[in-house]
Amino acid sequence: MTIPTPSQTVGPFFGFAMPFEDDTQTIAPGSDGAVRIEGQVFDGAGEPVPDAVVEISEGDQFARCGTDREGAFHFTVRKAASFDVIVFARGLLRHLATRLYFPDADPDGDPLLRMIEPERRHTLIASASEGGLRFDIHLQGDQETVFIQL
Amino acid sequence: MTEPDFEPPYLFPDYRATQLRAPRRELVRLPDEWFHHRGGPAFGRITVKAEDSDLTRQHRGEPLGERIILTGRVLDGDGRPVRHTLVEVWQANAAGRYVDPVDTHPAPLDPNFTGAGRCLTDGGGVYRFVTVKPGAYPWRNHRNAWRPAHVHFSLFGPQLASRLVTQMYFPGDPLIPLDPILNSIADARGRDLLVAKFDPEATEPEWALAYRWDVVLRGRDATPNES
Repeated sequence: MTIPTPSQTVGPFFGFAMPFEDDTQTIAPGSDGAVRIEGQVFDGAGEPVPDAVVEISEGDQFARCGTDREGAFHFTVRKAASFDVIVFARGLLRHLATRLYFPDADPDGDPLLRMIEPERRHTLIASASEGGLRFDIHLQGDQETVFIQL
Repeated sequence: MTEPDFEPPYLFPDYRATQLRAPRRELVRLPDEWFHHRGGPAFGRITVKAEDSDLTRQHRGEPLGERIILTGRVLDGDGRPVRHTLVEVWQANAAGRYVDPVDTHPAPLDPNFTGAGRCLTDGGGVYRFVTVKPGAYPWRNHRNAWRPAHVHFSLFGPQLASRLVTQMYFPGDPLIPLDPILNSIADARGRDLLVAKFDPEATEPEWALAYRWDVVLRGRDATPNES
């Protein structure tokens, strides 16, 4: 049996290494079809997580953003039905995976959303906000985001 | 497709930062096709220049410390090489200090060392970096806590399930048995997979010691080249 190489935390000291040019955007902000997504990562005490990295991908779109002191991240992407989301952080020995749906998602028509208890589905659906979309990630607690087993 | 004893848990109280960051609800189990088998992130926008794989040549002078070669193969779950996939690395300098402004450990910075590198695996799935051996550093998790010397690795691979961020350790490091981050992996075979081996064959005479560390990613290439 081939054992996959185990995961370890991204640690707190990745900010000098993981960024790349235009890493948060797959399309130029302000151009036709560009959508801005903003959010924050929170821990189980409701405190912002300032040392997380969020990656989102869908087809040929891939973007990465490290969180700031407020736990905030942001992306500018082309609209899609959904994005796969991966979260790394100090204190996460393995990354977490989830999915971001756009506000027009049909919870009864999507097979993944249908599997989630109705009262937790909202954690996967971005909400419309001033200037774009809002998608917060709660690692733990009452508002805990639905995460996908890897 | 999980082998829990070989992977760290999310909650490992000895590593204090997990306590408020580990999810407490059960994770959703999906059919592999719905998530795991989807194409991996398209990392092509991350530029990789030839000099990115030699961390000792990124400044005017050479960094202080023990020059080393880090090399190995990236394989998929079937043992096939993962070709032309991105490998990102980052590490502390030889004194145990990161360039990152978040690091406040009072050890010297080295003006000739940043500690970040990238490369693509070749046609045989092989990666290779030249760097200096990182130092140990304290991290305040518990009294007198020191991280063993390590290099952070980030790999992509063919599928979403292949994405991996981990740390590579050095053989014989006396801090290894004391480290909660590595020892969060319950099974010793899993921990051993994160420790490189000294490689006399890849060592270059009069120049640099070499360490070999192979990586096995989850998932498999969707387009096998054998019929």
